[in-house]
Amino acid sequence: MSLSLSATTEARWQKILDAYPEGRKRSAVIPMLIFAQDETGIITRELMEEIARRAEVEYLQVEEVVGFYSMLRKQPLGKYHVQVCTNISCMLAGGMELWQHACQSLHLGNKQTSKDGLISIEEVECMGACSWAPAIEVNYDFHHHVTPARFDEIIAEIKGKG
Amino acid sequence: MATTTAPPSVINAKLNGQDIQTKPGTLLINLTKELGIEVPAFCYYEGFSLQAACRMCLVQVNNSPKLLPGCTTIVTEGMVIETESPLVVEARKSMLEFLLVNHPLDCPVCDKGGECELQDMVFKYGAGESRFVDIKHHEPERPFSPVVYYDPARCILCYRCVRVCDEGYGVNALGVVNRGVLSEIAPNLGDQLNCDECGACIDICPVGALTSHTYRYKTRPWEMKHVGTTCAHCSNGCKTTLGVRNDEIMRANNRDASGLNEEFLCIKGRFGFDFNHHAERLQSPLMRVDGELQPVSWSKALAAVASKFNAVKSAGGKFGVVGSNHTSNEENYYLQKFARQGLGTNHLDHARTGDVVTLVDALSGKNGKLAVMADLYQTKAALVIGSDLAQQHPLLAYELRRNFRHHQARVYAMTPGPVREDSYAVAKARVPFGEELAALESWREALAKEPELLILFGDSIKGDAVRRLVDFGESLGIPVKYVALVDYANSRGAIDMGLVPELLPGYAASGQPGMTLPEMLADPKLDVLWVVGADPLAGAKLAGKPFVVVQDLFLTATAAAADVVFPAASAYEKKGTVTNVTGELQRLNAAVKTMGTKPDLEILGLLGKEMGLDLGIWIADAVLEEIRRNVRGYNVTMPILASGGAALTSPVNGRVNVASRPELIRSAGDTLFTSGTLTKYSQVLNSVPERPGQLYKPV
Ligand code: SF4
Ligand code: SF4
Ligand code: SF4
Ligand code: FES
Repeated sequence: MSLSLSATTEARWQKILDAYPEGRKRSAVIPMLIFAQDETGIITRELMEEIARRAEVEYLQVEEVVGFYSMLRKQPLGKYHVQVCTNISCMLAGGMELWQHACQSLHLGNKQTSKDGLISIEEVECMGACSWAPAIEVNYDFHHHVTPARFDEIIAEIKGKG
Repeated sequence: MATTTAPPSVINAKLNGQDIQTKPGTLLINLTKELGIEVPAFCYYEGFSLQAACRMCLVQVNNSPKLLPGCTTIVTEGMVIETESPLVVEARKSMLEFLLVNHPLDCPVCDKGGECELQDMVFKYGAGESRFVDIKHHEPERPFSPVVYYDPARCILCYRCVRVCDEGYGVNALGVVNRGVLSEIAPNLGDQLNCDECGACIDICPVGALTSHTYRYKTRPWEMKHVGTTCAHCSNGCKTTLGVRNDEIMRANNRDASGLNEEFLCIKGRFGFDFNHHAERLQSPLMRVDGELQPVSWSKALAAVASKFNAVKSAGGKFGVVGSNHTSNEENYYLQKFARQGLGTNHLDHARTGDVVTLVDALSGKNGKLAVMADLYQTKAALVIGSDLAQQHPLLAYELRRNFRHHQARVYAMTPGPVREDSYAVAKARVPFGEELAALESWREALAKEPELLILFGDSIKGDAVRRLVDFGESLGIPVKYVALVDYANSRGAIDMGLVPELLPGYAASGQPGMTLPEMLADPKLDVLWVVGADPLAGAKLAGKPFVVVQDLFLTATAAAADVVFPAASAYEKKGTVTNVTGELQRLNAAVKTMGTKPDLEILGLLGKEMGLDLGIWIADAVLEEIRRNVRGYNVTMPILASGGAALTSPVNGRVNVASRPELIRSAGDTLFTSGTLTKYSQVLNSVPERPGQLYKPV
């Protein structure tokens, strides 16, 4: 098997697999996919086959899950994936304008990645941060009450970190 | 001490204003069904897991603001249920409107048109108008395999196909990929299937999303007549309903769940009927003239054979008669009578595929020891020895799996290689053929703890091994039933009807010597070899130069070597009965006719008449009457049979005073994708990529 994951991811996989009894490993499929994606940024066929083997399910059953959840992705995205919510609460608080600002300032469309591979953007549905609308999420970090100006600052910070 | 209240034994509820009572744990949708009130459903399918995907079954419960799906709601005490309130009626209409949003409405060309559940529901519950004015999302139809085609636009995502494949057949080859409007069914190899090719997903699909290659775009359902008969292939004896148009079989299924197999069929039963229309079907008698087989008239061929038979008979010559695993009981009975009374020979045999004889003998004096098909679904524990059931006995495998799913049956699998039962068996062992009895000892303790046991064994257990297996079973101290696995549609009937030298019909010893099949072939002095529906020369040679007469559908190796060949009608072209692996008698019904052929029974009758013999009339029903009167165990109840059911035969319950000749018993080892000599003539069986599947070859 040419698929090699870091020891950390392997350990996370093992821990989640151990959490389910024999014959019920299917429940581990989603966490395993996310853990691997955290490391590799992309879900490959090889990865899905490996998960199918370890979770004792058919390959097709992993494919079903990946096709269903938009946060599991078969295309690579930027090192920093910026998700802007335009669902109702955020939209009312300026989420739509924020999304347009994101597209224009970064010259990117939905699910597109900058040439240097650093930043990608995505228009997403509710992230459960309605009380702090409009909200964005950069990888796993939330930013609340984001204005276009604050957005530019966040992007500058990202670029600074590289 | 804590007091416990006994669970209620009855639940009181109100349904559409009526007070009703039901058992605790009853699903709302089943309650309404019992009471004759229709709650429409797509995804709910009895026997499979609950899905609650389609929302067709929404009903109103206790004025709850949200409607509940009847297919997953359990009726509880005091529940007030409305199935026809304005809200429910409106909801049904809306659900249908949703389903039709992207549905192509190509009913005029769709295979399912006329028997489509979506059509019926829209007809009954409305949604005659759509508020959706945008362009429908459309994806083109595509083949999943040479058998299964998928049209995503028609799919309503009820998951029935996914569940029947996974839960029913244990194959798990279908899934649902993507999300929302893009969701569709996908096969396990990305764009192709690797599966049993059984077609169950096609039949269970409520709409025309899954269609079969053999049937699609060929006919309208109402243009066919439907004939219920018994599958021509393996010994499991599935009832199949043939859809016939213009003397051609268009399809086979069992959607009315009327047989012992309910809706089950494997690829052979559902699609393997195509051998019947193969271009190489014999349609005229053939006679060897100047060394070449040439078409001749029936009268000429019958006269030639009759005069030859009479000449050999009066000269005291030697006949060898070979019967079939496929011909009906009536034909087998008549053939043995012809041989014994008409020709005065006891050189009579067929290819034996399982040791039923020793089993019947070993169980003498014990009642109710031979299992029937229903036992597969009901037994609490089962032991499978030396057979890959999913490949060789598809219905038995299906019933056992269903038993496990519904009643947690405990299955023990002892086979030479991996089998599908492994995935749910409580114990599995890889044991080479012939070593099973010794290996069984290690399971003795576990098996003895079961409340009851069903033992199924293949052809590796024969002769004395059968007796030792029965000894083992009977020493467990629990009720045990047995099934001796045999190969073909009427393998069981061939032995029951005495197509062997040592036995008369009904397991009575013949008391006469007689040559077995290999002995006939090896006898240089044989004068006549008469083969009815078998192909003994496929892998063997004749020692002598007998006059060879063959009755068959095709020019088999044996027929090609014959002096006279009679074109026989197939199982789908005649009346009669066959006996399945579990001893259940079922009817064959004539669905079609191939020009120029005659049923074997008629050929036997005409030949007897031509010879001047008096063997009785050759009408299937009359011969069945004779069998019912003369063959022990076959005095079955006629109404069951007449109504298309399976009537249980019960072989003699006393010693069978003959040696069973285990050295002659050998299963052909057919898989899901082969069916003896018929394999070659089924285009479908030859087209699927899974062929030839796994196959155990007994050594
Ligand atoms: S043909 Fe049978 S085995 Fe194949 S996908 Fe359909 S249900 Fe499953
Ligand atoms: S293909 Fe047919 S059975 Fe399968 S989900 Fe679609 S509509 Fe249901
Ligand atoms: S299991 Fe046997 S009898 Fe049933 S459909 Fe298949 S071949 Fe025919
Ligand atoms: S039948 Fe109840 S949701 Fe489909």
